Amino acid sequence: MRVAIASGKGGTGKTTIATSLAYTVAQRGDRVAYLDCDVEEPNGHLFLQPQIVDRRPITRLVPVVDPVRCAHCGACAQVCRYRAIACVGERTLIFTELCHSCGGCLLACPQEAIGEVPVPIGTLRTGRSGGVEFVDGVLNVGEAMSPPAIRAVKQAAPDAPLTILDCPPGTSCPVIESVRGCDLLLLVTEPTPFGLHDLKLAVEMARTLRLEVGVVINRADAGDRAVWDYCQQRRVPILAEIPDDRAVAEAYSRGELAAQAVPHVADRMRALLATIESGVLA
Amino acid sequence: MKELVVISGKGGTGKTSVIASFAALSRQAVLVDCDVDAADLHLVLEPRTVRREDFSAGSQARIKPGHCTACGKCEELCRFDAIYFDGPGNGQVPKTFRVDPIACEGCGVCVDYCAEDAIAFEPVVCGQWFISETRCGPLVHARLGIAAENSGKLVTQLRRTAQQVAVEQRRELILCDGSPGIGCPVIASLTGASLALFIVEPTASGQHDFVRVAELASQLGVPGILAVNKADLNEEVTRSLERLAAQRGMSVVGRIPYDRAVTHAQIARQSVVEASDGPAARAIRNVWSAVVAQLELVPTAAIRPVFVEITPSE
Repeated sequence: MRVAIASGKGGTGKTTIATSLAYTVAQRGDRVAYLDCDVEEPNGHLFLQPQIVDRRPITRLVPVVDPVRCAHCGACAQVCRYRAIACVGERTLIFTELCHSCGGCLLACPQEAIGEVPVPIGTLRTGRSGGVEFVDGVLNVGEAMSPPAIRAVKQAAPDAPLTILDCPPGTSCPVIESVRGCDLLLLVTEPTPFGLHDLKLAVEMARTLRLEVGVVINRADAGDRAVWDYCQQRRVPILAEIPDDRAVAEAYSRGELAAQAVPHVADRMRALLATIESGVLA
Repeated sequence: MKELVVISGKGGTGKTSVIASFAALSRQAVLVDCDVDAADLHLVLEPRTVRREDFSAGSQARIKPGHCTACGKCEELCRFDAIYFDGPGNGQVPKTFRVDPIACEGCGVCVDYCAEDAIAFEPVVCGQWFISETRCGPLVHARLGIAAENSGKLVTQLRRTAQQVAVEQRRELILCDGSPGIGCPVIASLTGASLALFIVEPTASGQHDFVRVAELASQLGVPGILAVNKADLNEEVTRSLERLAAQRGMSVVGRIPYDRAVTHAQIARQSVVEASDGPAARAIRNVWSAVVAQLELVPTAAIRPVFVEITPSE
């Protein structure tokens, strides 16, 4: 079972919930995998403190032109929808940051002058933290496109009965890439106008992707009741509520696992886990 | 003209609350919400939209079921796992191929190599952008379609539009609300900006993410300044953040304390400085004064030579 944890709005507690859930499963003695799909700003490692056993580059393919074979016909530039290739006189320029690695230029070149080379875009790290199998991806600073790095993290997922995917904020391509194929999408929100607005976007996204969805309300007593009204209206189940507690925020600030540092969070994680395992997908 | 971008790396650190307060204090700026994935600034500024435009970036493939002979060439060539063999049948074949519009990245390779000319390739509207009037000045913002892509291009479009509005209305300052992360929308928000204000919270995650986004700003040649939000949450990390900023040559422009007035202001649809006179509001006023002083020191933003066409939509 693959549970993705996302939010729309940033900073609502995705990583707190994801790492605490993984820790709770491992404490019980069960196998669990934690995948940090927020490759732009991966934070799960700060809380799980995994022992990294393997580091390898994440790459994506970009075209290279063989200047001897190239006849400067411009077919590659013409076919590239991302304008990643420009033919200027006798030179063929490739703008790798615009390239989506679709391979169209290779197919288009009548001289077979275009090959592909892998370029590093980040680092894939795998390891263990207690009983948690850990994988994350760290996108290189300056790299614009995160989906290939997210794909690499998901492909490296170890086999486990439960896999937890800690997703990036937002609702566009990196999130879609992260949540694709999950069995349950947990949306972490907070009861504020910003939290609610972005929760609505995330629920719409989940419905477009036909994903089963549940909500976790974090800092549950910090704002107003509009999130509850919305969830009731749209029949989105609320699977857990975590109160606004400075002890949780302080533990978080020190990089401590909430489920380890704060007893009431541990209780709520066990309850959430039971709900996920019994109710939602039964 | 100068362009200030508020950025954080980590999400939920208070960027929007800060920029909304700046908008209220400035009253002279053009405002831009570059967080097109999860835009929230309009919730506080209550805009009245005066122009609305569709945003389209790229096309998408669509297999015409009547023409598909199920040869499978498209599936073989697609590198985005966007082709599924579960389309409706026709007179020739019981099943056809189908494009998953969410996975399709619009490369057009399947279109170019379909022997039957069975794949349409049409521009997709991925969102809408708006020019609105608010009590704090004009706001340029957008709504990205559900599960749409190209948010970097949309961010660039918003910033260019804001520059154009600034020129037309003779406004000297653009305030941009950035998005979390370090990927394409953030690069699009930062590139060419006059100054980046980092709003960071004193947590292990906040610090980790700040270092990465500060490195990105350096790579892009954008000078930065730091303000620590909820600074009293962890005094030690706050000092560590300020040291890191100093090491990078960044000025520290203030500490904003944790204050429930920030959430209350949001619920009242007001900026913090409009809704409160409390500790956070006072700190934000001080940060704003320091930001104004810092803006004096940076060179004027280069205005991009290519302006978008803005035509009122009827």
